[in-house]
Amino acid sequence: MEFHQFTLKELQMGLREKKFSSVELTNHFIKRARNSDLNAFITITDDLAIEQAKKADSLIAIGQLNDLTGIPYAHKDIFCTLGVKTSAGSKILDPFISPYDATVSEKLNDSNAVMLGKANMDELAMGSGNENSFYGPVKNPWNHSKIPGGSSGGSAAAVAAKISPFSTGTDTGGSIRQPASLCGITGLKPTYGRVSRYGMIAYASSLDQAGPMTQTAEDAAIVLKTIAGFDKKDSTSADKAVPDYEKSLNNSLEGLKIGIPQEYFSEGLEDGVKQNVLDAIKEFEALGATVKEVSLPHSKFAIPAYYIIAPCECSSNLSRLDGVRYGYRCESPKDLSDLYIRSRSEGFGEEVKRRIMIGSFALSAGYYDAYYLKALKSRRLISNDFQEAFKEVDVIMGPVSPSTAWDIGSKKDPVSNYLSDIYTLSVNLAGLPAMSIPAGLSNNMPVGLHIIGNYWTEERLLNIAHQFQNQTDWHKKSPKGVD
Amino acid sequence: MSLDNKEVSQIAYLSRLQVEENSLESITADLNNILNLVEQLSELDTDSVEPMSHPLNMTQRLREDEVTEKDQSDLFQNIAPKTGKSHYLVPTVIE
Repeated sequence: MEFHQFTLKELQMGLREKKFSSVELTNHFIKRARNSDLNAFITITDDLAIEQAKKADSLIAIGQLNDLTGIPYAHKDIFCTLGVKTSAGSKILDPFISPYDATVSEKLNDSNAVMLGKANMDELAMGSGNENSFYGPVKNPWNHSKIPGGSSGGSAAAVAAKISPFSTGTDTGGSIRQPASLCGITGLKPTYGRVSRYGMIAYASSLDQAGPMTQTAEDAAIVLKTIAGFDKKDSTSADKAVPDYEKSLNNSLEGLKIGIPQEYFSEGLEDGVKQNVLDAIKEFEALGATVKEVSLPHSKFAIPAYYIIAPCECSSNLSRLDGVRYGYRCESPKDLSDLYIRSRSEGFGEEVKRRIMIGSFALSAGYYDAYYLKALKSRRLISNDFQEAFKEVDVIMGPVSPSTAWDIGSKKDPVSNYLSDIYTLSVNLAGLPAMSIPAGLSNNMPVGLHIIGNYWTEERLLNIAHQFQNQTDWHKKSPKGVD
Repeated sequence: MSLDNKEVSQIAYLSRLQVEENSLESITADLNNILNLVEQLSELDTDSVEPMSHPLNMTQRLREDEVTEKDQSDLFQNIAPKTGKSHYLVPTVIE
């Protein structure tokens, strides 16, 4: 078997038993990254990776190793990386060589993981198809004419094409789970506050959350353990102990109560996706779970609430990108106003500009109450729905995306892209943890199962996903040509 | 609520963005489509609902007011588009 056919867990064992070295692994994956035409990377950091791999090998030689020591990964280009370009998929940050590490980067460095490079993404994490990147679209490894999902599209494609044993992602409205679903990999968006946001380029600060993208739930458990935890540099990070997520993976699902929201199976859901999701849920019944219908009556309001709240937060966050202290500056500005306006207009793409303008409008005098405040109140109703449901069930299951991956270039208008986020947005609004795991194929394209838990139940979600993966082999399916 | 071209130009200016004359029409249409979408919220009765600005029910953490940052101005100014004498430079603001 070749290195890329192993899971992260298997690579970890192999390194521990000294069956191969991190330098060998790293060279193998760099070669795969270099030979790939998916456009999954914005930057490949060969030299740095080899340097990190050599260090990892020397640590392994003296028995000083952590969970991820010597394991290569693709790092979403939204995480600041000291001395390495951190563009967030935007022209405005194309010249930005970060002078510091994000906490997630620091934790991965401390565990001596090996960064292969920075993964492509929708500009500033705004998009559902990775078509909004300044560096061009990413191709779905299952069908190169289709989108990989977004915004963590490069991260998802890299894992699905076995260019990288794992990736990091961030999820503001579904940006880990939706590309995981459309590329047939495992993705986990943790509870808001579980993983530090320090050094993660901000989109919508009350929704952004980082998490792992992997082949299996077991691998996700290993990565989450490394990146999670309290960080005094992030005032919204939670001061809660990080459990050993691997420990409970093998717990029984006997007695697990699964809720199926009727609202997630209504119009707009593709038949093939629906069938795969329902079949997957049946597997859980065989594992001892019971299934009951629940209602999340405000589900449909997640789209309008999100597309007010996220743009409002982004219009404020992105005001820092002004061409003065870092990033792109226009040629020969004639005055300060011209510097701001042209640097931003030339530096931002269309979708980012739209969201900034919607945010500026919704926060402006006279409209604040009607839009922003109304959306925050609606957010409370959406969040309350989940708490009502969790009185009756342990987890909620449904589809991640109403369809499989669509053709690159086929969704031209912004609103049709927004509608594809229908099942993922409410989870971010509520701040809950949720996963996408491979649950089938529809017309040869992957379908993900959405598993939503109550706050701080990542351990249970990973356990549930792992038990499913013990019974099924959807997570082992690879795109054609990736063997 | 529907925006006209003039209002969109004003919003663009507030956002420090420039909308080209020839794309003003299509941007106005896009923004109006988005506003139509979010208009759905008016179906909800939210009079007695407390706004939720943050997902976790937590209180703001406080810390001692002490200096924790070291001076890294050279490092930060290294990546700036234009600097001089330890300042960030922009076009002349006051003659």
